[in-house]
Amino acid sequence: MKRNTPLIFAFIVGMLVILAEFIPHRPFGELTSTLENWFMIISGFAILLGQISLIRVNSHIIYHKESNWQYHLAGMISFFLMLIFGILWGMQESIGLLGHGERISQAIGMKPFDYLFEYAYMPLSSTVFSLLAFFIASAAYRAFIIRGFESNLLMITAVIVIIGRSSFGSMLTASLPEAYRFWHIPRLADFLMEYPNTAAQRAILISAGLGIVGSSLRIILGIERSYLGGDK
Amino acid sequence: MKLSARTERQIIYTLLIIAVGLPLVFPIGWKTEVSGYTEMAYKLIEETPAGNVVLISFDYDPSTITELQPMAEALIEHAFKKNHRIVATALWPMGVQMAEKAFQEICAAYPNKVYGEDYVNLGYKVGGMVSIQAMGRNLKEVYPVDSKGTHYDELPILQNIKRLKDFAWIASLSSGVPGLKEWVMVAHDTYGIPVTGGCTAISAPGFFAYVNEQKQLTGILGGLKSASEYESLIDRKGTATSKMDAQSIAHLLILVFIAAGNLKVYLSRRRKRNA
Repeated sequence: MKRNTPLIFAFIVGMLVILAEFIPHRPFGELTSTLENWFMIISGFAILLGQISLIRVNSHIIYHKESNWQYHLAGMISFFLMLIFGILWGMQESIGLLGHGERISQAIGMKPFDYLFEYAYMPLSSTVFSLLAFFIASAAYRAFIIRGFESNLLMITAVIVIIGRSSFGSMLTASLPEAYRFWHIPRLADFLMEYPNTAAQRAILISAGLGIVGSSLRIILGIERSYLGGDK
Repeated sequence: MKLSARTERQIIYTLLIIAVGLPLVFPIGWKTEVSGYTEMAYKLIEETPAGNVVLISFDYDPSTITELQPMAEALIEHAFKKNHRIVATALWPMGVQMAEKAFQEICAAYPNKVYGEDYVNLGYKVGGMVSIQAMGRNLKEVYPVDSKGTHYDELPILQNIKRLKDFAWIASLSSGVPGLKEWVMVAHDTYGIPVTGGCTAISAPGFFAYVNEQKQLTGILGGLKSASEYESLIDRKGTATSKMDAQSIAHLLILVFIAAGNLKVYLSRRRKRNA
């Protein structure tokens, strides 16, 4: 029963949504609209569930002093700091339990939550993403090596796109006569992105689309049950 | 001289930080050529008549602010120049702050633009694609209040907006899922609304397939280069243009690294052959 109930729900709801796409008449429109609202409400609770899970997992690691527990502690302190500041004084124009915190806002220029968001979260977040540039540079040094036909092709393409996607590319071949404009590097880079890349992307998208249809049908028909948890 | 992998990495990182840092401090001012994809997005906004209400969705967070925020600011400025009224939404929780920041930046140059009349920030809505589908049926049901808590009916900008179909165009600035792809699938494919947008350079190749004869996407801004192209089209001295110098130098340096890597492999192969 515990296992069959969600399977029956998944089947009924899945079939309803599919049918609603083909039957634009009552009551399918209303039903789909209600299901959409349910989905948004459940998604809201999923955020809460995620936060509970985050606290549970991290507190377990900190309590048992597992490896790198200090980072988890820093994460939890940051989490609660933002949460408490948000609850006490709100964020932007929303009010908190203790009002808008005018005195603190005057001292630091904005609400404590917004201050941390602006001067801690935003720079840290951008920094972590920017680190990718260092890995890409290091990977380019190691990966784009002339070995055989395929690797040569990859390297030539990469070089054209790298130059083409910089301001330097357009300056390099700017003086080419009109008859040879195709060989203008930014145009060549655009050609590579527009034709060979798009052709491959379309193939991937179509395959992925078919895969999604297949796995959705497996879930609706109850063949795929891994989302229920457990081994089967 | 044989360098260890660690030393090589340290040299690469040091050179890269210098290559990126110097042009930021001493801008070069290189010009970028406008690509067809950027021009398509520009034309969509340029050719939309004044007074129309448009939607910009902020589907990113601070991690990709370097690439996407200049696009957001350029799109807002262009829409303001054309007297379009902007409704901002977010499918990512922190998109709300990103929208707020972009409006603050642009409104400093457009003090006559009034919140609630010329632009509004509706805030974040959970649910991704399902939220967009729900907006397609009834926007007020999804957003009964804006991000400041003002009721839908009290916002003059939304007086004639009932559903997605009432927007002249939709732009999504997206750094993942949910984002631009979901807007294409619902807003364009289901409701036929012109959709454009921007994404990080790394995810741009995945979106080019949607710029097709059916105009699933009306142009796309991919990464900092497109942002700087857009800035040049609307004659804006934004951050993308200055950051583009740094990116161009970094690209050149990566080419030098590729050449150095190949030279290293060639020399090592020759050494092995001779041994």
